[in-house]
Amino acid sequence: MSNPDWPLYEVFVRGKRGLNHVHVGSLHAADDRMALTHARDLYTRRNEGVSIWVVRSSAITASTPDEKDPFFAPSGDKVYRHPTFYDIPADVPHI
Amino acid sequence: MTTAPAAPADPAGPADPLQQHFDDTIARDQRVEPRDWMPDGYRRTLVRQIAQHAHSEIIGMQPEGDWITRAPSLRRKAILFAKVQDEAGHGLYLYSAAETLGADRADLTQRLIEGRQKYSSIFNYPAETFADVGVIGWFVDGAAICNQVPLCRSSYGPYARAMVRVCKEESFHQRQGYELLLTMMAGTEAQRAMVQEAVDRWWWPSLMMFGPPDGDSPNSAQSTAWKIKRHSNDELRQRFVDMTVPQAERLGVALPDPELRWNEERGRHDFGTPDWTELQRVISGDGPRNAERVSRRRAAHEEGAWVREAAAAHAAKQAQRREEGAPA
Amino acid sequence: MSDDDNAYLGLAEVHEGDEAHWAFGTGFEDPLHGTDTALPPGVDGAALAARCLALGDDALVLAQRLAQWCTRAPELEEELALANIGLDLLGQTRLLYTRAGQTDGSGRGEDDYAYRRDAGAFRNVRLAELPNGDFAECVVRLLVLSAWRLAVFERLAGTATDPVLAAVAAKGVKELAYHRLYAAEWVVRLGDGTEESHRRMQQALEAVAPYLDELFAAEDVREQVEPVLRQVADSAGLVLAQTAAAPGSGRDGEHTEHLAPLLAELQSVARAHPGATW
Repeated sequence: MSNPDWPLYEVFVRGKRGLNHVHVGSLHAADDRMALTHARDLYTRRNEGVSIWVVRSSAITASTPDEKDPFFAPSGDKVYRHPTFYDIPADVPHI
Repeated sequence: MTTAPAAPADPAGPADPLQQHFDDTIARDQRVEPRDWMPDGYRRTLVRQIAQHAHSEIIGMQPEGDWITRAPSLRRKAILFAKVQDEAGHGLYLYSAAETLGADRADLTQRLIEGRQKYSSIFNYPAETFADVGVIGWFVDGAAICNQVPLCRSSYGPYARAMVRVCKEESFHQRQGYELLLTMMAGTEAQRAMVQEAVDRWWWPSLMMFGPPDGDSPNSAQSTAWKIKRHSNDELRQRFVDMTVPQAERLGVALPDPELRWNEERGRHDFGTPDWTELQRVISGDGPRNAERVSRRRAAHEEGAWVREAAAAHAAKQAQRREEGAPA
Repeated sequence: MSDDDNAYLGLAEVHEGDEAHWAFGTGFEDPLHGTDTALPPGVDGAALAARCLALGDDALVLAQRLAQWCTRAPELEEELALANIGLDLLGQTRLLYTRAGQTDGSGRGEDDYAYRRDAGAFRNVRLAELPNGDFAECVVRLLVLSAWRLAVFERLAGTATDPVLAAVAAKGVKELAYHRLYAAEWVVRLGDGTEESHRRMQQALEAVAPYLDELFAAEDVREQVEPVLRQVADSAGLVLAQTAAAPGSGRDGEHTEHLAPLLAELQSVARAHPGATW
């Protein structure tokens, strides 16, 4: 059986003609088409966009925030969705 | 960018360079971004705060959502429908911000419906009449704006950006509420009475939205140092009162606090003390609607499981078909 | 004191990379801007009003059913989607009711039609008023009604003798095309997804089938709609079988027992406060 949790997608919207697509956030969808309709409904419900791109978050390869930054701690190369990498016991309140 | 400016002397000795870099970023009022190194406590605090905020938006759909089907004009119906929809959207913006920290929405939802993660106490109160819709917009969204506008400058980038969007949309939420109340106050005697009763119901719970008094808010100091939080609970509460009093006068309703008066010396209003034991009770799960709110969210989630599962199964089958039948 | 001292001033701040276009919207820009609202010569005002009312009733009743989904959708993203569709339909309702009031000679406004008529006066097709059921029923009803309404509006946009109705239809076409797409994708997903979703989807399709003839009796668009439904059903692995039609028609004021309670809820506050303004 497939995992019922839908994967995360990143959403990019072109606000108006002449502008680049800009990252506006993320959402969950089962497939690419659903991601597009969800992006339309979530991120352009006030007519903010003329064009939308969606891409699976896991498909994005990112540089470090500051390539020259000697302090940057290398971690995985997939942005936004690391696996939940710290476990908080269930009995910790308020989280 | 060249080297970071010299860090303030640390009495504990030379700091960990990662910690030092993080501290410098905060000190320079720059934003921390998802892939930056950050202290575990910072990450944990943010995940908790953003998740609670997201849960509040989602649970907050319920008290007003129940009035969409009964709104007394088509214009009000459309406005309320759009407003409650916005709240779902705000919840999603915030879950999205939490996910940049490594949290997982499915996991956060699980915590909510199992009662392991909180949401704003205010949504555990019932919306008794249509006037409550107006008062929720005026008080609850007004209080939310007081809380949230400073968060647009929160140190964590995705959270701050989500809040910019949320705040812009919520300012209109507040206005629609106030406009509804103005209209009702110009209506029948029964409508005016409805408005006053709703004001009486929501005033004190709204003041409690800012959280316990500063002396009892143990996590505030660290959150302020990290610039996650910009103002204390009591300061925000005071601002809300100062903003709301003239609006109440203009509307022609009385705020139910005999101690409420202008203090010339302070240049601010004095006001009474909310019932903090009530807040504790509501936060710990014993408010008028706690059980109902969580159980409805849980029911929607559980009843939707077959739908989510089917969509995932279809996506998997489609991927498989593409792989097998690609040449065709 | 910082610059966000006043929360309202803070809202007016310009934030980097953010333009002023996150404005409040209920989706109701004025689609009739520049359209002459005078009744064109030779158009029967009463007949036009009746048509606007019937199409408005379909939209209002379905919007009410979608509003009942609020906080109950299977995923948060679907909350947004169902609300968007509901808002579009409410917008169509308001324009159509307003046009009815301008042309039937009664001078009534949109709320008079929504709140001051009983079930027997409503002319919506019965498919719109059936109770919500599960998400399979939600999307299959949405597919059928949006495909049907889209065909009707496409025709009206091109041929309506009333320029207002034509303008309302032209605006609606874009909305309905999206509603149909949204619903069709879900019907395919659920038809294809799991054994359970397939079973539920097939049941939902069988539940709406008896109400199809009523749609085509009301509006002669069977040729445009049935192929769409068949295509979606085929892609979803579902069978769209011939079924005996449920006798009667909402267009003649004959409704199921489900409409009266739906309207009682919709009208409850408005009717409890005669003379009130909202």
